[in-house]
Amino acid sequence: MYPSAFDYRAPRSVDEALDVLAEGGDEARVLAGGQSLIPMMKLRLASPGLLVDINHLGGLDHLARNNGHLAVGALARHADVAASAEVAAANPTMAAAARWIADPLVRNRGTLCGSVAHCDPEGDWNSVMLAVGGEVVARSRTGERTIPAVDFVVDFFTNALAPGEMVTEVRIPVATGRTGGDYLKLERKIGDYATVAVATHLVLDDAGRVAEAGLALTGVSGRNLKVTEAEQLMVGQQPGEELFAQAAEIASRACDPTDDVRGPRSSRGCYSSTWSAPGPG
Amino acid sequence: MLLVDLVRTRAGLTGTHVGCDTTSCGACMVLFDGRPVKSCTLFAVQADGHAVTTVEGLKQGGDLHPVQAAFKEHHGLQCGFCTSGMMLVGSALLAENDDPGEDDVRWAISGNICRCTGYVNIVKAIQAAGAELRGADGPDRSEGTTGEVTA
Repeated sequence: MYPSAFDYRAPRSVDEALDVLAEGGDEARVLAGGQSLIPMMKLRLASPGLLVDINHLGGLDHLARNNGHLAVGALARHADVAASAEVAAANPTMAAAARWIADPLVRNRGTLCGSVAHCDPEGDWNSVMLAVGGEVVARSRTGERTIPAVDFVVDFFTNALAPGEMVTEVRIPVATGRTGGDYLKLERKIGDYATVAVATHLVLDDAGRVAEAGLALTGVSGRNLKVTEAEQLMVGQQPGEELFAQAAEIASRACDPTDDVRGPRSSRGCYSSTWSAPGPG
Repeated sequence: MLLVDLVRTRAGLTGTHVGCDTTSCGACMVLFDGRPVKSCTLFAVQADGHAVTTVEGLKQGGDLHPVQAAFKEHHGLQCGFCTSGMMLVGSALLAENDDPGEDDVRWAISGNICRCTGYVNIVKAIQAAGAELRGADGPDRSEGTTGEVTA
């Protein structure tokens, strides 16, 4: 299968890339890993008139701590994230999710930032971002801004970027104190998209009560679903099975999945209920 | 043009196969700067300046690469359609870890689908190749020949 015809540019600097993006307007799309965009182009579900290949840009493949967060550059591949000791130390939810993104071949090319920008409700990284409170750094010719994940993930394949803006970095808060988290993914076969997946994040205070709670679901809605009601239920409480079961029940009711090849709607709700009950880290 | 088309039609290297064309099966796998990737999901132009290794690059002079010999010895293939990808990803794994456990191998091949074998002999073959490489006195044979691609 072949994409529709497109123009291709491979800028050599971020400034050049931003110029090309601005000139390209609605027709321009950034190509990083391409592991979501190229398959869509081959199926003609996406037909950008201009591809801006950012793979030649230097200084974008970083995975480094900076000011209390972990900065993930636009060209950091999923494989790099999965192998990174920095990630393992920084955030348990992120570390848990990394090796379950697609399969090893896709992980060698695909990028975390690209996945976040793509806003596929079946994509894993945005559930992690929503659960842990990540942020997206967007740059354009006119400047730079930081967008919290909860504002960035707008809808089905829709992010909050303005025309001419490009994601240069994603920031994940570094875990401090008593932090736990996990990413549980149910898939039909290894390497598949999630039938349903759950990202959890918990921080306990000195008295052992929940200070912070994050719960986000993959594959159950038109976009990655942050279950705010369940999160708020848990804050201030002592962690325990009953509390988590209540949170899971709320999460299950919040789901709005569609029937598709990965299973009928009812079963997805049931899975997310069972899975939303983790222990603290 | 996709990289798999460049490899198959322009370079005439038909050991790399188009299986699903939807980034699922891994039959199109090549090594891109030594890293396994799905060549149906890269544009040919993206290979400019990079090293692409296909299954044809595994042979060392006239000799089979240990992975190829092991697939032959241990019946690691039936129809052979996934085999190019399986051998290449096996060679890449062994370049990093020449003594992989069964789980290591199964994880490494989890981007390659086989419809015939049930994977058992594929795993055996890759592990056997590792044993061969560990025992070999000769030069390091875990790297295939690579070619620079300039578009």
